[in-house]
Amino acid sequence: MKIIVCVKQVPSRDAILRINESGTWIQDRDIAYDVNEPDAYAVEEALQIKEKLVEQGGSAEVIICSLGPDRVQMAIKEGLAKGADRAIHICDPAFDNLDALAQARVMAEVIGKEGFDLIFTGLQSDDYGFAQTGVILGELLGVPSATIAMAVELHDGNKSVRVKRELEAGWFQWYQMPTPASISIQSGLNQPRYATLKGIMNAKKKEIRKVTLADLSISKDLLAPKQTVEKVYFPVKSKKTEIIEGSAKEAAAKLVTKLKQMRAF
Amino acid sequence: MSGILVFAEQREGKLNRVTYEAVVAGQRLAAGLGLPLSVVLLGSGVDSIAQELATKKADAVYLVNNQHLERYTPDGFSLAMRQVIEQLQPQYVLLAHTYLVRDFAPKLATSLGKALVADCVGYKLEGKVLTLVRQIFQGKINADVSIHDSAPILVSFQAGAFRGDDAEAGSAEVKNLSVQLSADQIRLQPQELFREAKQSVDLTQSKIIVSVGRGIKEKDNIAIVEKLAAALDADIGASRPICDSGWLPMERQIGSSGQTVAPKLYLAVGISGAIQHVVGMKNASTIVAINKDANAPIFDIADLGVVGDLFEVVPALVDEIEKAKAEG
Repeated sequence: MKIIVCVKQVPSRDAILRINESGTWIQDRDIAYDVNEPDAYAVEEALQIKEKLVEQGGSAEVIICSLGPDRVQMAIKEGLAKGADRAIHICDPAFDNLDALAQARVMAEVIGKEGFDLIFTGLQSDDYGFAQTGVILGELLGVPSATIAMAVELHDGNKSVRVKRELEAGWFQWYQMPTPASISIQSGLNQPRYATLKGIMNAKKKEIRKVTLADLSISKDLLAPKQTVEKVYFPVKSKKTEIIEGSAKEAAAKLVTKLKQMRAF
Repeated sequence: MSGILVFAEQREGKLNRVTYEAVVAGQRLAAGLGLPLSVVLLGSGVDSIAQELATKKADAVYLVNNQHLERYTPDGFSLAMRQVIEQLQPQYVLLAHTYLVRDFAPKLATSLGKALVADCVGYKLEGKVLTLVRQIFQGKINADVSIHDSAPILVSFQAGAFRGDDAEAGSAEVKNLSVQLSADQIRLQPQELFREAKQSVDLTQSKIIVSVGRGIKEKDNIAIVEKLAAALDADIGASRPICDSGWLPMERQIGSSGQTVAPKLYLAVGISGAIQHVVGMKNASTIVAINKDANAPIFDIADLGVVGDLFEVVPALVDEIEKAKAEG
């Protein structure tokens, strides 16, 4: 059983974002980056499946796959330190600023050559938030896909997989499909582990295979973006929010006075 | 037709009301671009839903009845929509960005070799040039997105981007459209829908809710917010990450995957205001937000806001509430 987990590195959720001078993207130089949070759940799910298979006398390999500049090695190493077996780093200036489809085309070619039984992606990324990669990978690689997975179970000697999908308003539904398959993992289905010191040490010995445009037989034309961000800006507030100024104590007092006037409590 | 095609969503024979938001987007875009508007409904035995959709202003409602579409599968819906698009040749395909659409629309777009501009919150039309507005970085920043692709362009809109009630009434003609599907094309076997064990906490009836988000940092800090809730005689709610981390039980979750609430007073503490949370609480009468990031999207919907450190503001707030209560 070979499980590929796609991991993206994104600005940390606590990062205070500023817009660059040309207004085309954020100032991305001095901000902290993290593993995209939904992807951490995908990594954990893959590791748990592997552990279960090993416990049953089987085996599995978990491979982290990440597309991005050099800095994403940090995200890759985190996955390796947690227990993934090896990693693929897709890295080439030609892959900067690709749209969802083009990014997935590059990843599909790499993953297709590598071979796989399952592909896990996080539900969506914190930065662009396309929420499409896992589904596009499934289509490009000719395998079934399911999204918003709250549980993943292997059946029939790993020939099929059952996925508990979250629907809206508290509803769920199980889907069964043959492997190989691509599954987008919902946050909260497990408790992602922390890397141990031993894990971090072990990770140093694990392979990170680099892939560049030259290694692929993908034409550059196919990567031309079909959608481009022209301009970014802070949203205009649709509702007039009264911001209460002052120290914590002053603001608290003013807020309580207002709420009392409004008979809000 | 070379016009605008809106995807109508039903599941288990029930129309998803968010469809009307996509219809509104379609009606406005059709008027702006001078294009005809159609709606397409996929399913099996869903004629009455097609009739319901036909009470809105559109040129046609296309009804695709097929036994393989009775239960939703991404394979069935993607293959069927592809055939619909090939027959109708729309310039734009509009969808509501629901869990169902997220599951099949990227697949559909890819099978057509097209872009899906997903989860848009609005659009701008300059002449005939369409620019879409998306939220990035979890709603903290908006992006204007241009499209460089030939028809059809697929666009999904976030819930709440348009008001479904704004759909113009009319009478559209219901037309049948057939697609060819076979059982072996559908690789996924769906099972019955179900809910988890009945939730014991019903926040929909709460008058005051104190809701806590990621800003609380650690499980042990939840106590700070519990004190505030106690002072206000309020119920405790939470955004998804808090329940994901197991800091509060799942039944406290407010938002698209949790409960939808409308209390008199909603205090959002350390909640950034990602759309998944906002859809569950935006109808509260008064929304108060406490957050250290002045650009947090929660301030977009709050009536009253305090930009500051919740670890200072919340205890101060508890003191002031106790004082106010003592004064009567």
